[in-house]
Amino acid sequence: MAEAESKQRKPGARLCCICSQRRPALKRPKTLEQICRECFYEVFEEEIHQVIVQNQLFKPGERVAIGASGGKDSTVLAYVLSELNRRHNYGVDLFLLSIDEGITGYRDDSLETVKRNEIQYGLPLKIVSYKDLYGWTMDEIVKVIGLKNNCTFCGVFRRQALDRGAAFLKVDKVATGHNADDIAETVLLNILRGDIARLSRCTSITTGEDGPIPRCKPFKYTYEKEIVMYAYFKRLDYFSTECIYSPNAYRGFAREFIKDLERIRPRAILDIIRSGENFRISTSTKMPEQGTCERCGYISSQKWCKACVLLEGLNRGLPKLGIGRSRGLNNEEKREKKQSNGISAIESKACGTLDF
Amino acid sequence: MACSSGACQSNNCYKQEEEEESEQNSIASILDAKRGTESNDPQQSLCIKCKANSPISCTGEDVRFCADCFRSNLYGKFRLAVSSHAMITPSDKVLVAFSGGPASRVALQFVHEMQNRAQKNFDASRDRSLPVFGVGVAVIDESAIYPIPAHEFDEAITEIKLVVSNLAPPTKELHIVPIENVYASDSVDKRNRLKELLDSVTDVTGKEDLLLHLKMLSLQKIASENGYSRLILGSCTSRIACHVISAAVKGQGYSLSANIQYVDARWDTPIVLPLRDCLSQELNLLCRVDGLKTVELLNGPSSGINHLVSSFVALLQEENPSRECTIVRTAGKLTPFHFNRIPEISDCNVPLATRRRQKRFSLQPKESISSESFCPICISPLNKSEMQTLSGFGSFQSSDTFSPSCCPSCRFQILPKDPHSMEHFISLLPQPLAAQSKHDIGGNLNLLREQIQDFLLSDSDSET
Ligand SMILES: [Zn+2]
Ligand SMILES: [Zn+2]
Ligand SMILES: [Zn+2]
Ligand SMILES: [Zn+2]
Ligand SMILES: [Zn+2]
Repeated sequence: MAEAESKQRKPGARLCCICSQRRPALKRPKTLEQICRECFYEVFEEEIHQVIVQNQLFKPGERVAIGASGGKDSTVLAYVLSELNRRHNYGVDLFLLSIDEGITGYRDDSLETVKRNEIQYGLPLKIVSYKDLYGWTMDEIVKVIGLKNNCTFCGVFRRQALDRGAAFLKVDKVATGHNADDIAETVLLNILRGDIARLSRCTSITTGEDGPIPRCKPFKYTYEKEIVMYAYFKRLDYFSTECIYSPNAYRGFAREFIKDLERIRPRAILDIIRSGENFRISTSTKMPEQGTCERCGYISSQKWCKACVLLEGLNRGLPKLGIGRSRGLNNEEKREKKQSNGISAIESKACGTLDF
Repeated sequence: MACSSGACQSNNCYKQEEEEESEQNSIASILDAKRGTESNDPQQSLCIKCKANSPISCTGEDVRFCADCFRSNLYGKFRLAVSSHAMITPSDKVLVAFSGGPASRVALQFVHEMQNRAQKNFDASRDRSLPVFGVGVAVIDESAIYPIPAHEFDEAITEIKLVVSNLAPPTKELHIVPIENVYASDSVDKRNRLKELLDSVTDVTGKEDLLLHLKMLSLQKIASENGYSRLILGSCTSRIACHVISAAVKGQGYSLSANIQYVDARWDTPIVLPLRDCLSQELNLLCRVDGLKTVELLNGPSSGINHLVSSFVALLQEENPSRECTIVRTAGKLTPFHFNRIPEISDCNVPLATRRRQKRFSLQPKESISSESFCPICISPLNKSEMQTLSGFGSFQSSDTFSPSCCPSCRFQILPKDPHSMEHFISLLPQPLAAQSKHDIGGNLNLLREQIQDFLLSDSDSET
């Protein structure tokens, strides 16, 4: 009916594909439909709401921390979650949780953004700093180890810092801003590096249920371009500089490939995620048995957790410990090394953009 | 946990973390362009295997084998794949699909060499008990879709005939068949019908993929009409790596593992991939070193998603020479299907040694899940969650039931969006596409039957 109506108009004056009333303001990246701004907000938010409901991401009374970096993904996530929580009575208590890695000119600026978000959205904010947790800022670490392996530290430290912050806030889960593009990219990277165990888990919307605090990804099916568009039209206040310490070329290939794919077939991103969900992986491929770190009590499959190994190296003046070829503390040092190298070589998100 | 694909020769395969580094298999050592670890070795100018001859000198790649060692290494990979998956037995008649490209050229050469050796053994043996397998060559002429000037086409055909006739005896029958012959022989105006079918597909990738399915169907047709028992494709590691990525990109994660195995027995004539462990660089090099003539003319261009994927994989391979192997090995860890093996041989004529070999290698079904329905276009097994509600598989002429019986990928990139054009689209499809799918369901029944065989009474035999 909508079609018939629009056909009667002059070809120049097209109307929004959804409401057939207003002039379209944008071409929706996911479907290429021409729609108006109001309808865009509506479908964007409604899709996320459906994902939350269908996957039962939140229960009434739960405390949920939003991993907030000040970047577009987590800013839009904070905005949309507080909207939906109000509109649909999720009954959850939302918090902002930020990590201060101590990167001058990058994190200090982005944290200012998060602090403004705290006021704008009325969400309590907790900042956990590397300096407090580990005694080292990223700037200090980079001074010691150079630019080459710093993402190993970024990744390992940030993941643990987030858990510590979440424990401090006594939240039940952490919601992160990983979007559909990120997940599609992770699927590809796991194929490229032969990591079948991660391949089998990387499309799960909730992860870490066996760990200290589960993580969930409400943006699992949300396109990055639409997040940018939403932030742009809503004039949301976010920080948009890439981490100054992210040197990986490899990751760039996969990112670029996904952008090219999206250009010729927008649904390819969703198709990759669907492939990832449907791979026939026998359940016998397990991750290594989890124990706790003898030193700090954090979950670890080794005697010491990765953060402790890296820290020990830094503090003993052997910063390559845990990443380089030097001998280590764990019996399975070799394995540890390979794992951390794997992470640094093909980390799925630029380290500064909140990869928890 | 054991390696799920027989291909993996490094026994480290279960240690996921070490994969990036542990790929020091033969490929890395042959085409080791960057990590010249033995640069100060006085023997650097000799072949690393026989340490007697000088390595192949060629521009671009640093090959550290001499021609003989390189060739025997590559042939060894082919032979291992053939013997460990029972691809060719003495009683077989195999059909080699020849596109004219380096991969299928090497496949043809190796099959020929294997046949040649078998013939010599046969001639030398007194009792002549072991027959020599037969070899035929199939060329699909796609000029209906990709028109080329007549004289160029004739030249290409002459070249191909020469390639095949120059192979030493036993003589190999050559079948050059136009792609439109995929339609039944009594159908009228096949060429235009095929053109119309492909023109009705608007998505470039969909069109390319449909043509590929039709090509496979044509090959199957040639095989069954001429009594072949195996169809040999030249798909190499590089090609399979591209397939893995494009299948992932097209949302075919569930069926992905069906198409990348050594054996695919979904068809009347099982398809086998003996070059699955060879890189395209290696195959190209062998063609150059041995002067194997290739004829590229008959192949259509690649575009859309498939093109994007092959340039992506090529880029990755350049960055790391073992990337393609890693991709294929990742996919090899996915659970294969029950049809990814040569059906159990109960025939007593098959020599005991062959049967034993089959037992020793992993031909037993692993955790293969029995799957009952297949997409009628691409013959992919369908995931239950992806299937739209089906009512009666028999009624293929109805456009209402056809679309839901297809996989989501074909539904999106091949089927017409407009339900009115659906009826017409189905009428343009070659009959076997529907028939093949029905047949497979029958085949599956047989398979299920096999499992409960012991409990069936002999009276029910007539049912199958
Ligand atoms: Zn509208
Ligand atoms: Zn970093
Ligand atoms: Zn620790
Ligand atoms: Zn040699
Ligand atoms: Zn299909």
